[in-house]
Amino acid sequence: MLSRTADHLYWMARYTERAENLARLLDVTYRMSLLYGGMGANDPGWAAALAIMGTESGYRTKYGEVSSTGVMTYMGFDKENPSSIFRCLQSARENAHAVRGTLTSELWETLNDTWLKLRDTSPSVMTSSEAGPFLEWVKFRSHLSRGVTLGTMLQDEALWFARLGTYLERADSTARILDVQATRLLGSETPVDMAGDYYQWSALLRTISAFEVYRRVYHDRITPLRVAELVILREDMPRSLHKCLNEVTEILSRVSNRSSGETERRAGLLHATLHFGQVEEIFKQGLHEFLVHFVGRVAKLSDRIAHDFLIPQH
Amino acid sequence: MGGKLFYDEMTADAATTRAHYSELSRWLSSLEEGTLGRKRAEAELVFHRLGVTFAVYGETQGKERLIPFDPIPRILPPEEWKLLDKGLRQRVQALNAFLWDVYHGQDILRAGRIPENQVLRNLQYRPEMQGVDVPGGVYAHVAGIDLVRAGAGEFYVLEDNLRVPSGVSYMLEGRRMMMRLFPELFARYHVAPVEHYPDALLEGLRSVVPIGVTNPSVVLLTPGHFNSAYFEHAFLAQQMGIELVEGKDLFVSEERVFMRTTQGPRRVDVIYRRLDDDFLDPLAFRQDSMLGVPGLLSVYRAGRVTLANAIGTGVADDKSIYPYVPEMVRFYLGEEPILNNVPTWDLRNPEHLSHVLAHLPELVVKEVHGSGGYGMLVGPAASREEIELFRQRLLSTPEKYIAQPTLSLSTCPTYVDQGIAPRHIDLRPFVISGKEIRIVPGGLTRVALTEGSLVVNSSQGGGTKDTWVLED
Repeated sequence: MLSRTADHLYWMARYTERAENLARLLDVTYRMSLLYGGMGANDPGWAAALAIMGTESGYRTKYGEVSSTGVMTYMGFDKENPSSIFRCLQSARENAHAVRGTLTSELWETLNDTWLKLRDTSPSVMTSSEAGPFLEWVKFRSHLSRGVTLGTMLQDEALWFARLGTYLERADSTARILDVQATRLLGSETPVDMAGDYYQWSALLRTISAFEVYRRVYHDRITPLRVAELVILREDMPRSLHKCLNEVTEILSRVSNRSSGETERRAGLLHATLHFGQVEEIFKQGLHEFLVHFVGRVAKLSDRIAHDFLIPQH
Repeated sequence: MGGKLFYDEMTADAATTRAHYSELSRWLSSLEEGTLGRKRAEAELVFHRLGVTFAVYGETQGKERLIPFDPIPRILPPEEWKLLDKGLRQRVQALNAFLWDVYHGQDILRAGRIPENQVLRNLQYRPEMQGVDVPGGVYAHVAGIDLVRAGAGEFYVLEDNLRVPSGVSYMLEGRRMMMRLFPELFARYHVAPVEHYPDALLEGLRSVVPIGVTNPSVVLLTPGHFNSAYFEHAFLAQQMGIELVEGKDLFVSEERVFMRTTQGPRRVDVIYRRLDDDFLDPLAFRQDSMLGVPGLLSVYRAGRVTLANAIGTGVADDKSIYPYVPEMVRFYLGEEPILNNVPTWDLRNPEHLSHVLAHLPELVVKEVHGSGGYGMLVGPAASREEIELFRQRLLSTPEKYIAQPTLSLSTCPTYVDQGIAPRHIDLRPFVISGKEIRIVPGGLTRVALTEGSLVVNSSQGGGTKDTWVLED
């Protein structure tokens, strides 16, 4: 397959996944700010949301004070913010458009339709009572395009590179969400068995659709240690870091080429830290340090994949 | 205008429907009111969802428009098509022979049949192509020959498009749409199929490979997804099962062209390029082109890659060369041309110029290098100011224009807001030249949707119709 085609497919999937994670993050931040213990427009969750996406300085330059309406607008519809939901879904559609001949018509129509509807949505939706339903819609459009991808595409390289984009993006954003929320709730220390604020921890789980999963797996109260274990190490949890790296290493072995050996080795090493890791050790090392290190390694892995497959210098 | 001034495809006179339209005419009058409107809306919806669109130059970037699709087909009886088919083969064969000649021995110039300056000084003549032996002697692998029917019903060639003719995807999608909207009509008529066009094209491209290549790798080169015809590029590549590449996907190494793939470099043998000559190779042509492949021309000249169409075909479809095509048929094939040319005034000739200036309100004036219906004057439909503007242009730069009589293009019943009414049409058949010449029956019928308008180009608000060639 053409490298450029693979590149477009990879970014199409990455941007779709990113929009979904943004919607999840904004949704939970919004709800928490309204809940018991939340501080509404001044809730520290809004600054945390900006920090997760690494967009705090971009925000401050344009909007100044952190506020709920500011963050919702900036991360939802700001056309100058390359990581807004608007821009992500636009980029997903543009990447799809560039390789539409490689996509099934149903997948193209799904992404195109999402974009057409988004384009006709007023940015004011983010600061109205319709914000919740809108974010829900974004999440379900992502579910739909992933479903159409799996349900209609031939199982060949085109599918593998799209999946690779999905899982690298998911690994990155899950780690960021866990890092920022956990650091905020636990402070600099990482107590192992302190419950913390039940609502805040359950909100974190809900961000990544893991609240019910947690209950089924642990049948017990929510503790930071178990939350971290679930989100980082449980490979049966579809949004966990371990599950993401399972997929990444498997896909890399499928698409392997003459120059990708080192990339596969590094993906394998990263996978091993999750596969054989223990949550107690991670807490000993420091959860924050572990996650920052992980995000850095995922970023390097993405660079290597780009170099080996997507934009090779022949 | 109106009345019986024009040849109508369906009716011979108020009382008589032509035989090959009688079944359609009965069917049309049996339709319940509103059916055609509903079907046309359905077609639009489907085309939008599929993204069968084109971008319009000069409008905001990314603006995509539908070409209006008319649900009433245009029908050609078998005997008429047979003659056209024969005439098209003859004409394209002569054009390819002419291109070979002007880039090799130049016999036709030495014989004085075409003025030498007209060819060698032409901006579209590419000296880089002199002495290059293109495989099979084929230059115009795909030709879109625009035909119109005028007067009492005789056909004329309006222009030969030999560079990167487009529109074939609308022909294919139009047929698919008609079969979806009106399957019952296809039971009443034996319509010659067109769906094999992509196969014919691929076969044609595979028959003109560089020497020594047995299992050629063929690609389609597009300027990218902002190009107005991008839909067609993606569509054809997908239908042929070949890679759709952009310039940046290709590179030249060791006198060969390669594409960058996820499994490393892969050799490319035939490039069906939908990119103008000027943009193909920044080392040889426009240096600011980001769309081409540096070094491509040298590989091409060495005969290690085939370009379809070849570089330099523009010298044969230039409007100033057009008047000489019948002469090419006589010179190279020793035959009389089957298809008529439209009488054309060459404005470099002072006598022609003064005649044209005296008759501007009756004539059509076109730019020699123009296309897409831009920069032309349709005398009978023009305002006094427009005519005055063109008079000034002709006086200052006569060599940039040609003039032709205003042809009374034939009309075909078309569904418009007021109901079914006659509208002017043309026909663009696509001629594929490889080892042999292949033509899919029919082509793209374009229709001027505005009452009285003679301009059918999609960029000027024209629509399309499905074209039916009936089988014996």
